[in-house]
Amino acid sequence: MYWNKEAETLKRDELEKLQEKRLKSIVNYVYKNSRFYREKFKELNLKISDINSIDGITKLPFTQKSDLRDNYPYGMLSTDMGDIIRVHASSGTTGKPTVVAYTRNDIDMWSEVMARSIVAPGGTKNDVLHVAYGYGLFTGGLGLHYGGERVGCTVIPASGGNTQRQLLLMHDLKSTILACTPSYAIYIAEYAKKEDIDPKEDLNLKIGIFGAEPWSESIRRRIEDALDLKAFDIYGLSEIVGPGVAQECEEQNGAHIWSDHFFPEIIDPETGEQLGEGEEGELVFTTLTKEGMPLLRYRTGDRTVLEYDKCACGRYHPRIMRIRGRTDDMLIIRGVNVFPSQIEHVLMKIPEVGSHYLLIVDKKGPLDILTVRVEVTDKIISDKVKDLMKLEEKIKNSISNALGLNVDVELVEPGEIPRSEGKAVRIRDLRKEKRG
Amino acid sequence: MIKQISIFLENEPGRLVKVAKILGNANINIRALTVAETSDFGILRLIVDDPERAYSILKENNIVVVMDDVLGVEVVDKPGGLARIAEILSNQNINIEYVYAFVTNSHEKAFIVLRVDEEERAINVLKENDVRILTSEDVTEI
Repeated sequence: MYWNKEAETLKRDELEKLQEKRLKSIVNYVYKNSRFYREKFKELNLKISDINSIDGITKLPFTQKSDLRDNYPYGMLSTDMGDIIRVHASSGTTGKPTVVAYTRNDIDMWSEVMARSIVAPGGTKNDVLHVAYGYGLFTGGLGLHYGGERVGCTVIPASGGNTQRQLLLMHDLKSTILACTPSYAIYIAEYAKKEDIDPKEDLNLKIGIFGAEPWSESIRRRIEDALDLKAFDIYGLSEIVGPGVAQECEEQNGAHIWSDHFFPEIIDPETGEQLGEGEEGELVFTTLTKEGMPLLRYRTGDRTVLEYDKCACGRYHPRIMRIRGRTDDMLIIRGVNVFPSQIEHVLMKIPEVGSHYLLIVDKKGPLDILTVRVEVTDKIISDKVKDLMKLEEKIKNSISNALGLNVDVELVEPGEIPRSEGKAVRIRDLRKEKRG
Repeated sequence: MIKQISIFLENEPGRLVKVAKILGNANINIRALTVAETSDFGILRLIVDDPERAYSILKENNIVVVMDDVLGVEVVDKPGGLARIAEILSNQNINIEYVYAFVTNSHEKAFIVLRVDEEERAINVLKENDVRILTSEDVTEI
Protein backbone atom coordinates (compact mmCIF):
# COMPACT_ATOMS: atom_id res chain seq x y z
CA MET A 1 0.00 0.00 0.00
CA TYR A 2 1.12 3.53 -0.74
CA TRP A 3 0.50 6.77 1.07
CA ASN A 4 1.91 8.94 -1.71
CA LYS A 5 1.81 6.73 -4.77
CA GLU A 6 3.45 9.24 -7.07
CA ALA A 7 6.50 9.84 -4.90
CA GLU A 8 6.79 6.28 -3.71
CA THR A 9 6.75 4.66 -7.14
CA LEU A 10 9.11 7.01 -8.98
CA LYS A 11 11.30 5.04 -11.37
CA ARG A 12 15.00 5.05 -10.76
CA ASP A 13 15.79 7.64 -13.42
CA GLU A 14 12.91 9.84 -12.28
CA LEU A 15 14.15 9.62 -8.71
CA GLU A 16 17.68 10.54 -9.77
CA LYS A 17 16.42 13.52 -11.70
CA LEU A 18 14.47 14.75 -8.72
CA GLN A 19 17.36 14.10 -6.34
CA GLU A 20 19.73 16.05 -8.59
CA LYS A 21 17.40 19.00 -8.78
CA ARG A 22 16.87 18.98 -5.02
CA LEU A 23 20.57 18.53 -4.27
CA LYS A 24 21.48 21.61 -6.27
CA SER A 25 18.78 23.56 -4.57
CA ILE A 26 19.75 22.48 -1.01
CA VAL A 27 23.43 23.23 -1.66
CA ASN A 28 22.42 26.67 -2.83
CA TYR A 29 20.16 27.06 0.20
CA VAL A 30 22.71 26.10 2.86
CA TYR A 31 25.38 28.23 1.21
CA LYS A 32 23.07 31.19 1.48
CA ASN A 33 21.66 30.47 4.94
CA SER A 34 24.12 28.45 7.00
CA ARG A 35 27.20 30.12 8.37
CA PHE A 36 28.62 26.69 9.17
CA TYR A 37 28.43 25.39 5.61
CA ARG A 38 29.49 28.69 4.02
CA GLU A 39 32.70 28.58 6.04
CA LYS A 40 33.25 24.94 5.12
CA PHE A 41 32.82 25.74 1.41
CA LYS A 42 35.33 28.56 1.71
CA GLU A 43 37.83 26.33 3.51
CA LEU A 44 37.56 23.79 0.69
CA ASN A 45 37.50 26.44 -2.02
CA LEU A 46 34.25 24.97 -3.21
CA LYS A 47 31.71 26.86 -5.34
CA ILE A 48 28.03 25.97 -5.55
CA SER A 49 28.41 25.67 -9.29
CA ASP A 50 30.85 22.76 -8.71
CA ILE A 51 27.88 20.66 -7.66
CA ASN A 52 26.15 20.36 -11.01
CA SER A 53 25.13 16.70 -10.90
CA ILE A 54 24.25 14.04 -8.36
CA ASP A 55 27.77 12.59 -8.71
CA GLY A 56 29.14 15.94 -7.68
CA ILE A 57 27.93 15.16 -4.17
CA THR A 58 31.29 13.55 -3.43
CA LYS A 59 32.88 16.99 -3.61
CA LEU A 60 30.82 18.10 -0.61
CA PRO A 61 32.29 17.90 2.86
CA PHE A 62 31.01 15.37 5.39
CA THR A 63 29.07 16.50 8.42
CA GLN A 64 29.84 14.67 11.66
CA LYS A 65 28.05 14.29 14.94
CA SER A 66 30.89 16.29 16.46
CA ASP A 67 29.91 19.24 14.23
CA LEU A 68 26.50 19.25 15.88
CA ARG A 69 28.09 19.07 19.30
CA ASP A 70 30.65 21.79 18.56
CA ASN A 71 27.89 24.08 17.31
CA TYR A 72 25.54 23.28 20.16
CA PRO A 73 22.76 24.22 20.38
CA TYR A 74 21.77 26.31 17.36
CA GLY A 75 24.95 26.77 15.31
CA MET A 76 23.90 24.40 12.53
CA LEU A 77 20.65 26.19 11.74
CA SER A 78 19.84 27.53 8.29
CA THR A 79 16.87 29.61 9.44
CA ASP A 80 16.09 32.29 11.98
CA MET A 81 14.90 31.05 15.34
CA GLY A 82 11.55 32.65 14.56
CA ASP A 83 10.90 29.96 11.93
CA ILE A 84 11.74 27.07 14.26
CA ILE A 85 8.65 25.51 15.78
CA ARG A 86 10.14 22.44 17.49
CA VAL A 87 13.38 21.03 18.80
CA HIS A 88 14.28 17.47 19.69
CA ALA A 89 17.44 16.26 21.32
CA SER A 90 19.21 12.94 21.38
CA SER A 91 20.36 11.56 24.68
CA GLY A 92 23.97 12.57 25.03
CA THR A 93 25.60 9.35 26.16
CA THR A 94 28.85 11.23 25.86
CA GLY A 95 28.66 14.85 26.91
CA LYS A 96 26.03 17.29 25.73
CA PRO A 97 22.87 16.25 23.89
CA THR A 98 22.61 16.77 20.16
CA VAL A 99 19.90 19.30 19.39
CA VAL A 100 17.93 19.29 16.16
CA ALA A 101 15.44 21.94 15.03
CA TYR A 102 12.40 21.87 12.74
CA THR A 103 10.46 24.51 10.81
CA ARG A 104 6.76 24.05 10.11
CA ASN A 105 7.62 22.63 6.67
CA ASP A 106 10.08 20.22 8.27
CA ILE A 107 7.39 18.87 10.59
CA ASP A 108 5.11 18.60 7.58
CA MET A 109 7.72 16.64 5.59
CA TRP A 110 8.40 14.42 8.61
CA SER A 111 4.67 13.68 8.97
CA GLU A 112 4.59 12.82 5.27
CA VAL A 113 7.46 10.30 5.42
CA MET A 114 6.05 8.88 8.66
CA ALA A 115 2.64 8.48 7.00
CA ARG A 116 4.33 6.57 4.17
CA SER A 117 6.08 4.46 6.81
CA ILE A 118 2.83 3.52 8.53
CA VAL A 119 1.01 2.73 5.29
CA ALA A 120 3.90 0.76 3.68
CA PRO A 121 3.57 -2.22 6.07
CA GLY A 122 -0.22 -2.13 5.74
CA GLY A 123 -1.49 0.55 8.12
CA THR A 124 -4.67 2.47 7.25
CA LYS A 125 -6.87 5.16 8.77
CA ASN A 126 -8.89 2.39 10.40
CA ASP A 127 -5.98 1.25 12.53
CA VAL A 128 -5.47 1.95 16.20
CA LEU A 129 -1.82 2.95 16.51
CA HIS A 130 -0.35 2.30 19.94
CA VAL A 131 2.78 4.43 20.27
CA ALA A 132 4.95 3.03 23.05
CA TYR A 133 8.02 4.97 22.00
CA GLY A 134 9.01 7.61 24.52
CA TYR A 135 7.38 11.02 24.03
CA GLY A 136 9.53 14.03 24.67
CA LEU A 137 12.93 15.08 23.43
CA PHE A 138 13.35 11.66 21.81
CA THR A 139 11.94 11.74 18.27
CA GLY A 140 10.33 8.29 18.47
CA GLY A 141 7.04 9.14 20.17
CA LEU A 142 6.11 12.36 18.40
CA GLY A 143 7.39 11.10 15.05
CA LEU A 144 5.01 8.14 15.03
CA HIS A 145 2.30 10.32 16.52
CA TYR A 146 2.30 12.91 13.75
CA GLY A 147 2.55 10.23 11.08
CA GLY A 148 -0.36 8.35 12.61
CA GLU A 149 -2.52 11.46 12.71
CA ARG A 150 -1.60 12.28 9.12
CA VAL A 151 -2.80 8.83 8.03
CA GLY A 152 -5.89 9.19 10.17
CA CYS A 153 -5.19 6.34 12.56
CA THR A 154 -6.57 6.43 16.07
CA VAL A 155 -3.36 7.30 17.88
CA ILE A 156 -2.81 6.11 21.45
CA PRO A 157 0.06 8.22 22.82
CA ALA A 158 0.98 5.64 25.46
CA SER A 159 4.68 6.58 25.57
CA GLY A 160 7.12 4.19 27.28
CA GLY A 161 6.94 2.48 30.64
CA ASN A 162 4.24 0.93 32.83
CA THR A 163 3.90 -2.24 30.83
CA GLN A 164 0.85 -3.39 32.75
CA ARG A 165 -1.04 -0.28 31.66
CA GLN A 166 0.27 -0.65 28.10
CA LEU A 167 -1.28 -4.11 27.93
CA LEU A 168 -4.51 -2.92 29.45
CA LEU A 169 -4.75 -0.11 26.90
CA MET A 170 -3.86 -2.37 23.98
CA HIS A 171 -6.52 -4.81 25.08
CA ASP A 172 -9.29 -2.34 25.91
CA LEU A 173 -8.70 0.09 23.04
CA LYS A 174 -8.10 -2.74 20.58
CA SER A 175 -4.77 -1.50 19.28
CA THR A 176 -3.88 -2.96 15.90
CA ILE A 177 -0.43 -1.45 15.38
CA LEU A 178 2.26 -1.41 18.03
CA ALA A 179 5.21 0.97 17.64
CA CYS A 180 8.17 0.73 20.00
CA THR A 181 11.75 -0.55 20.17
CA PRO A 182 12.13 -4.26 19.38
CA SER A 183 13.57 -4.85 22.84
CA TYR A 184 10.51 -3.30 24.44
CA ALA A 185 8.29 -5.46 22.23
CA ILE A 186 10.03 -8.52 23.67
CA TYR A 187 9.57 -7.17 27.16
CA ILE A 188 5.85 -6.59 26.54
CA ALA A 189 5.51 -10.15 25.23
CA GLU A 190 7.28 -11.53 28.29
CA TYR A 191 5.14 -9.46 30.61
CA ALA A 192 1.97 -10.58 28.88
CA LYS A 193 2.95 -14.19 29.34
CA LYS A 194 3.60 -13.65 33.02
CA GLU A 195 0.19 -12.01 33.40
CA ASP A 196 -1.50 -14.85 31.49
CA ILE A 197 -2.43 -12.59 28.61
CA ASP A 198 -2.43 -14.46 25.32
CA PRO A 199 -1.78 -12.01 22.47
CA LYS A 200 -3.54 -14.36 20.03
CA GLU A 201 -6.73 -14.34 22.08
CA ASP A 202 -6.63 -11.14 24.06
CA LEU A 203 -5.02 -8.58 21.75
CA ASN A 204 -5.79 -7.36 18.22
CA LEU A 205 -2.31 -6.52 17.04
CA LYS A 206 -1.53 -7.15 13.39
CA ILE A 207 1.43 -4.88 12.66
CA GLY A 208 4.51 -3.97 14.65
CA ILE A 209 6.65 -1.00 13.67
CA PHE A 210 9.90 -1.48 15.53
CA GLY A 211 13.11 0.50 15.40
CA ALA A 212 15.61 2.82 17.08
CA GLU A 213 18.03 -0.05 17.57
CA PRO A 214 19.46 -2.74 15.32
CA TRP A 215 17.66 -6.07 15.52
CA SER A 216 18.14 -9.38 13.80
CA GLU A 217 15.94 -11.54 11.60
CA SER A 218 15.68 -14.21 14.29
CA ILE A 219 14.42 -11.66 16.84
CA ARG A 220 11.81 -10.64 14.27
CA ARG A 221 10.46 -14.21 14.17
CA ARG A 222 10.36 -14.39 17.94
CA ILE A 223 8.44 -11.14 18.29
CA GLU A 224 6.04 -12.17 15.54
CA ASP A 225 5.32 -15.47 17.29
CA ALA A 226 5.07 -13.98 20.75
CA LEU A 227 2.79 -11.05 19.90
CA ASP A 228 0.94 -12.59 16.93
CA LEU A 229 1.70 -9.76 14.49
CA LYS A 230 3.90 -9.01 11.50
CA ALA A 231 6.99 -7.05 12.54
CA PHE A 232 8.53 -4.33 10.37
CA ASP A 233 11.75 -2.41 10.68
CA ILE A 234 11.65 1.37 10.80
CA TYR A 235 14.85 3.35 10.52
CA GLY A 236 15.66 6.90 11.41
CA LEU A 237 17.87 9.24 13.35
CA SER A 238 17.06 12.59 14.83
CA GLU A 239 19.84 14.39 12.95
CA ILE A 240 18.17 13.52 9.65
CA VAL A 241 14.56 13.87 10.85
CA GLY A 242 13.75 11.09 13.33
CA PRO A 243 11.94 7.82 12.59
CA GLY A 244 10.66 7.54 9.04
CA VAL A 245 13.92 8.01 7.16
CA ALA A 246 13.37 4.46 5.93
CA GLN A 247 10.67 1.84 6.39
CA GLU A 248 10.10 -1.77 5.47
CA CYS A 249 7.18 -2.54 3.20
CA GLU A 250 5.00 -5.65 3.30
CA GLU A 251 7.81 -7.65 1.69
CA GLN A 252 9.85 -7.42 4.94
CA ASN A 253 13.00 -7.29 2.92
CA GLY A 254 14.90 -4.17 3.91
CA ALA A 255 13.76 -0.66 4.81
CA HIS A 256 13.06 1.68 1.86
CA ILE A 257 14.87 4.98 2.24
CA TRP A 258 12.48 7.79 1.28
CA SER A 259 15.19 8.97 -1.03
CA ASP A 260 13.26 11.86 -2.56
CA HIS A 261 13.91 13.52 0.83
CA PHE A 262 17.05 11.80 2.10
CA PHE A 263 19.83 11.00 -0.33
CA PRO A 264 21.86 7.96 0.81
CA GLU A 265 25.46 7.04 0.12
CA ILE A 266 27.63 4.22 1.39
CA ILE A 267 31.20 5.18 2.14
CA ASP A 268 34.32 3.51 3.37
CA PRO A 269 34.46 4.68 7.00
CA GLU A 270 38.25 4.76 6.93
CA THR A 271 38.95 6.64 3.72
CA GLY A 272 35.64 8.46 3.25
CA GLU A 273 35.46 7.25 -0.33
CA GLN A 274 32.05 6.57 -1.84
CA LEU A 275 31.51 2.84 -2.36
CA GLY A 276 29.71 1.11 -5.19
CA GLU A 277 26.30 -0.54 -5.11
CA GLY A 278 26.18 -3.67 -2.99
CA GLU A 279 29.25 -2.82 -0.94
CA GLU A 280 29.06 -2.69 2.84
CA GLY A 281 30.09 0.50 4.55
CA GLU A 282 28.92 3.49 6.53
CA LEU A 283 25.57 5.02 5.66
CA VAL A 284 25.65 8.75 4.88
CA PHE A 285 22.65 11.02 4.30
CA THR A 286 22.10 14.37 2.67
CA THR A 287 18.75 15.90 3.52
CA LEU A 288 17.26 17.20 0.27
CA THR A 289 14.26 19.14 1.53
CA LYS A 290 14.89 20.27 5.10
CA GLU A 291 14.80 23.97 6.01
CA GLY A 292 15.62 24.27 9.70
CA MET A 293 18.74 22.15 9.91
CA PRO A 294 19.63 20.65 6.55
CA LEU A 295 22.71 18.43 6.69
CA LEU A 296 25.10 17.56 3.88
CA ARG A 297 26.59 14.07 3.82
CA TYR A 298 25.88 13.35 7.45
CA ARG A 299 27.81 10.34 8.72
CA THR A 300 25.36 8.11 10.58
CA GLY A 301 27.93 5.68 11.96
CA ASP A 302 25.58 2.85 10.90
CA ARG A 303 27.05 0.07 8.82
CA THR A 304 24.95 -1.53 6.15
CA VAL A 305 24.50 -2.48 2.50
CA LEU A 306 21.98 -0.80 0.16
CA GLU A 307 19.87 -2.68 -2.37
CA TYR A 308 18.85 -0.65 -5.43
CA ASP A 309 16.85 -3.26 -7.34
CA LYS A 310 13.12 -2.72 -7.68
CA CYS A 311 11.23 -4.24 -4.77
CA ALA A 312 8.23 -6.53 -5.28
CA CYS A 313 6.13 -3.79 -3.68
CA GLY A 314 6.76 -1.59 -6.73
CA ARG A 315 9.10 0.87 -5.06
CA TYR A 316 12.53 1.79 -6.38
CA HIS A 317 13.56 3.61 -3.22
CA PRO A 318 16.77 1.85 -2.15
CA ARG A 319 16.55 -0.55 0.76
CA ILE A 320 18.76 -0.79 3.84
CA MET A 321 19.52 -4.49 4.08
CA ARG A 322 19.62 -4.63 7.89
CA ILE A 323 21.79 -2.36 9.93
CA ARG A 324 24.70 -4.43 11.12
CA GLY A 325 25.39 -2.03 13.92
CA ARG A 326 27.07 1.25 14.50
CA THR A 327 30.62 1.57 13.32
CA ASP A 328 31.58 2.29 16.92
CA ASP A 329 29.62 -0.75 18.21
CA MET A 330 31.76 -3.12 16.22
CA LEU A 331 33.68 -5.34 18.60
CA ILE A 332 37.15 -6.51 17.78
CA ILE A 333 37.76 -9.68 19.73
CA ARG A 334 41.22 -11.13 19.23
CA GLY A 335 41.28 -9.70 15.73
CA VAL A 336 37.80 -10.89 14.73
CA ASN A 337 35.43 -8.08 13.78
CA VAL A 338 31.94 -8.76 15.00
CA PHE A 339 28.73 -6.81 15.46
CA PRO A 340 26.52 -7.56 18.45
CA SER A 341 23.61 -8.03 16.02
CA GLN A 342 25.44 -10.95 14.40
CA ILE A 343 25.80 -12.66 17.76
CA GLU A 344 22.15 -11.94 18.49
CA HIS A 345 21.14 -13.59 15.24
CA VAL A 346 22.97 -16.79 16.19
CA LEU A 347 21.68 -16.79 19.77
CA MET A 348 18.04 -16.29 18.87
CA LYS A 349 18.11 -19.26 16.54
CA ILE A 350 18.73 -21.49 19.55
CA PRO A 351 15.25 -22.18 20.94
CA GLU A 352 16.42 -22.85 24.50
CA VAL A 353 17.93 -19.37 24.77
CA GLY A 354 15.71 -16.64 26.23
CA SER A 355 15.23 -13.35 24.41
CA HIS A 356 17.53 -11.30 26.62
CA TYR A 357 21.27 -11.40 26.48
CA LEU A 358 24.27 -9.33 27.42
CA LEU A 359 27.70 -9.29 25.82
CA ILE A 360 30.55 -8.57 28.18
CA VAL A 361 33.91 -7.65 26.75
CA ASP A 362 36.93 -7.87 29.01
CA LYS A 363 40.65 -8.40 28.87
CA LYS A 364 42.46 -11.38 30.31
CA GLY A 365 46.13 -10.43 30.10
CA PRO A 366 46.69 -9.30 26.52
CA LEU A 367 43.64 -11.17 25.20
CA ASP A 368 40.16 -9.83 24.66
CA ILE A 369 37.49 -12.14 25.94
CA LEU A 370 33.83 -12.02 25.13
CA THR A 371 31.33 -13.48 27.54
CA VAL A 372 27.80 -14.10 26.35
CA ARG A 373 25.38 -13.98 29.26
CA VAL A 374 22.01 -15.60 28.67
CA GLU A 375 19.09 -16.41 30.89
CA VAL A 376 18.06 -19.93 31.73
CA THR A 377 14.45 -20.70 30.85
CA ASP A 378 12.01 -23.38 31.95
CA LYS A 379 12.72 -25.12 28.66
CA ILE A 380 16.23 -26.13 29.63
CA ILE A 381 16.32 -26.61 33.36
CA SER A 382 16.88 -30.19 34.40
CA ASP A 383 18.19 -31.98 37.45
CA LYS A 384 21.50 -32.58 35.73
CA VAL A 385 24.33 -30.08 35.50
CA LYS A 386 25.42 -31.95 32.41
CA ASP A 387 22.36 -30.78 30.45
CA LEU A 388 23.09 -27.13 31.16
CA MET A 389 26.73 -27.57 30.30
CA LYS A 390 25.62 -29.08 27.02
CA LEU A 391 23.63 -25.94 26.29
CA GLU A 392 26.67 -23.80 27.07
CA GLU A 393 28.62 -25.91 24.59
CA LYS A 394 25.89 -25.59 22.00
CA ILE A 395 25.92 -21.80 22.26
CA LYS A 396 29.71 -21.70 22.09
CA ASN A 397 29.80 -23.95 19.05
CA SER A 398 27.05 -22.10 17.20
CA ILE A 399 28.85 -18.78 17.62
CA SER A 400 32.18 -20.29 16.75
CA ASN A 401 30.79 -21.94 13.61
CA ALA A 402 28.93 -18.87 12.42
CA LEU A 403 31.40 -16.15 13.30
CA GLY A 404 34.72 -17.86 13.89
CA LEU A 405 34.80 -16.44 17.37
CA ASN A 406 35.39 -18.23 20.66
CA VAL A 407 33.29 -16.95 23.51
CA ASP A 408 32.56 -17.81 27.11
CA VAL A 409 28.97 -18.51 28.01
CA GLU A 410 27.41 -17.67 31.34
CA LEU A 411 23.96 -18.87 32.34
CA VAL A 412 22.06 -16.66 34.75
CA GLU A 413 18.63 -16.68 36.39
CA PRO A 414 15.69 -15.12 34.54
CA GLY A 415 15.34 -11.42 35.17
CA GLU A 416 19.06 -11.01 35.90
CA ILE A 417 19.72 -9.22 32.61
CA PRO A 418 18.39 -5.66 32.78
CA ARG A 419 15.22 -5.03 30.73
CA SER A 420 14.81 -1.89 28.75
CA GLU A 421 11.76 0.15 27.89
CA GLY A 422 13.75 2.24 25.43
CA LYS A 423 16.92 1.28 23.68
CA ALA A 424 18.38 -1.93 25.04
CA VAL A 425 21.85 -2.13 26.50
CA ARG A 426 23.39 -5.26 25.02
CA ILE A 427 27.09 -4.64 25.51
CA ARG A 428 29.23 -3.97 28.52
CA ASP A 429 32.79 -3.15 27.67
CA LEU A 430 34.76 -3.66 30.86
CA ARG A 431 37.92 -2.68 28.99
CA LYS A 432 36.55 0.84 28.61
CA GLU A 433 35.12 0.92 32.13
CA LYS A 434 38.50 -0.01 33.55
CA ARG A 435 40.26 2.61 31.46
CA GLY A 436 37.66 5.24 32.25
CA MET B 1 9.41 -43.26 42.58
CA ILE B 2 9.47 -39.96 44.42
CA LYS B 3 9.22 -36.34 43.27
CA GLN B 4 12.36 -34.26 43.16
CA ILE B 5 12.49 -30.50 42.68
CA SER B 6 15.50 -29.09 40.80
CA ILE B 7 16.28 -25.40 40.85
CA PHE B 8 18.74 -23.33 38.85
CA LEU B 9 20.90 -21.13 41.07
CA GLU B 10 23.58 -18.69 40.13
CA ASN B 11 26.75 -19.23 42.11
CA GLU B 12 26.41 -16.01 44.11
CA PRO B 13 25.70 -15.05 47.72
CA GLY B 14 22.02 -14.83 48.59
CA ARG B 15 20.67 -17.20 45.97
CA LEU B 16 20.01 -20.11 48.32
CA VAL B 17 18.54 -17.74 50.92
CA LYS B 18 15.89 -16.61 48.47
CA VAL B 19 14.73 -20.13 47.64
CA ALA B 20 14.87 -21.32 51.23
CA LYS B 21 12.79 -18.34 52.36
CA ILE B 22 10.12 -18.91 49.72
CA LEU B 23 9.76 -22.51 50.87
CA GLY B 24 9.97 -21.61 54.56
CA ASN B 25 7.27 -18.95 54.25
CA ALA B 26 5.04 -21.46 52.48
CA ASN B 27 5.56 -23.88 55.34
CA ILE B 28 7.18 -26.47 53.14
CA ASN B 29 9.56 -28.81 54.84
CA ILE B 30 12.79 -29.82 53.15
CA ARG B 31 13.60 -33.48 53.71
CA ALA B 32 16.86 -33.60 51.85
CA LEU B 33 18.92 -31.46 49.53
CA THR B 34 22.02 -31.57 47.46
CA VAL B 35 23.76 -29.06 45.21
CA ALA B 36 25.67 -29.82 42.05
CA GLU B 37 27.75 -26.89 40.98
CA THR B 38 30.01 -25.51 38.29
CA SER B 39 32.06 -22.34 38.62
CA ASP B 40 29.13 -20.08 37.71
CA PHE B 41 25.92 -21.92 38.49
CA GLY B 42 24.51 -24.75 40.48
CA ILE B 43 21.49 -26.99 40.54
CA LEU B 44 19.80 -27.37 43.87
CA ARG B 45 17.88 -30.63 44.17
CA LEU B 46 15.30 -31.00 46.87
CA ILE B 47 13.07 -33.63 48.37
CA VAL B 48 10.21 -31.88 50.18
CA ASP B 49 7.06 -32.94 51.97
CA ASP B 50 4.72 -31.33 49.41
CA PRO B 51 6.46 -31.21 46.02
CA GLU B 52 3.45 -30.08 43.96
CA ARG B 53 2.85 -27.04 46.12
CA ALA B 54 6.57 -26.29 46.36
CA TYR B 55 6.82 -26.40 42.57
CA SER B 56 3.95 -24.00 41.95
CA ILE B 57 5.08 -21.55 44.63
CA LEU B 58 8.61 -21.46 43.24
CA LYS B 59 7.22 -20.93 39.74
CA GLU B 60 5.07 -18.05 40.94
CA ASN B 61 8.23 -16.48 42.30
CA ASN B 62 9.91 -16.75 38.89
CA ILE B 63 12.39 -19.37 39.98
CA VAL B 64 13.54 -21.66 37.19
CA VAL B 65 12.41 -25.01 38.50
CA VAL B 66 11.63 -28.47 37.22
CA MET B 67 9.94 -31.39 38.96
CA ASP B 68 10.61 -34.95 38.00
CA ASP B 69 10.61 -38.50 39.32
CA VAL B 70 13.68 -40.01 40.88
CA LEU B 71 14.34 -43.40 42.32
CA GLY B 72 14.14 -43.56 46.11
CA VAL B 73 14.95 -46.65 48.13
CA GLU B 74 14.78 -47.54 51.77
CA VAL B 75 17.74 -49.03 53.60
CA VAL B 76 18.48 -49.84 57.20
CA ASP B 77 20.30 -46.94 58.85
CA LYS B 78 23.40 -48.96 59.57
CA PRO B 79 26.95 -49.09 58.17
CA GLY B 80 26.96 -50.81 54.82
CA GLY B 81 23.44 -49.67 53.88
CA LEU B 82 24.49 -47.67 50.83
CA ALA B 83 27.18 -50.16 49.86
CA ARG B 84 24.58 -52.89 49.41
CA ILE B 85 22.47 -50.80 47.03
CA ALA B 86 25.49 -49.60 45.06
CA GLU B 87 26.71 -53.13 44.71
CA ILE B 88 23.40 -54.46 43.42
CA LEU B 89 23.46 -51.81 40.71
CA SER B 90 27.11 -52.11 39.85
CA ASN B 91 26.79 -55.89 39.46
CA GLN B 92 24.23 -55.16 36.76
CA ASN B 93 26.45 -52.52 35.19
CA ILE B 94 23.98 -49.76 35.98
CA ASN B 95 25.65 -46.39 36.43
CA ILE B 96 24.69 -43.97 39.19
CA GLU B 97 24.71 -40.37 37.97
CA TYR B 98 24.16 -38.90 41.40
CA VAL B 99 23.06 -40.04 44.80
CA TYR B 100 22.17 -38.49 48.14
CA ALA B 101 20.55 -39.74 51.28
CA PHE B 102 18.66 -38.76 54.40
CA VAL B 103 17.56 -40.46 57.58
CA THR B 104 14.00 -40.68 58.81
CA ASN B 105 12.78 -39.47 62.18
CA SER B 106 12.91 -42.93 63.69
CA HIS B 107 16.61 -43.24 62.83
CA GLU B 108 15.97 -46.83 61.91
CA LYS B 109 15.65 -46.34 58.21
CA ALA B 110 17.53 -44.17 55.76
CA PHE B 111 16.22 -43.07 52.37
CA ILE B 112 18.54 -43.00 49.39
CA VAL B 113 17.78 -40.90 46.31
CA LEU B 114 19.31 -42.16 43.09
CA ARG B 115 19.55 -40.99 39.51
CA VAL B 116 20.66 -43.91 37.36
CA ASP B 117 21.12 -44.32 33.64
CA GLU B 118 18.73 -47.27 33.27
CA GLU B 119 15.87 -46.60 35.60
CA GLU B 120 13.54 -49.45 34.73
CA ARG B 121 16.21 -52.11 34.95
CA ALA B 122 17.46 -50.63 38.22
CA ILE B 123 13.99 -50.86 39.76
CA ASN B 124 13.67 -54.47 38.72
CA VAL B 125 17.01 -55.62 40.10
CA LEU B 126 16.48 -53.74 43.33
CA LYS B 127 13.07 -55.35 43.74
CA GLU B 128 14.56 -58.76 43.00
CA ASN B 129 16.95 -58.12 45.87
CA ASP B 130 14.06 -57.20 48.20
CA VAL B 131 14.89 -53.52 48.32
CA ARG B 132 11.82 -51.39 48.96
CA ILE B 133 11.22 -48.66 46.37
CA LEU B 134 9.81 -45.48 47.87
CA THR B 135 6.61 -43.77 46.83
CA SER B 136 5.62 -40.13 47.27
CA GLU B 137 3.62 -41.04 50.38
CA ASP B 138 6.73 -42.34 52.11
CA VAL B 139 8.32 -38.92 51.86
CA THR B 140 5.24 -36.96 52.85
CA GLU B 141 4.66 -39.07 55.92
CA ILE B 142 8.11 -38.93 57.50
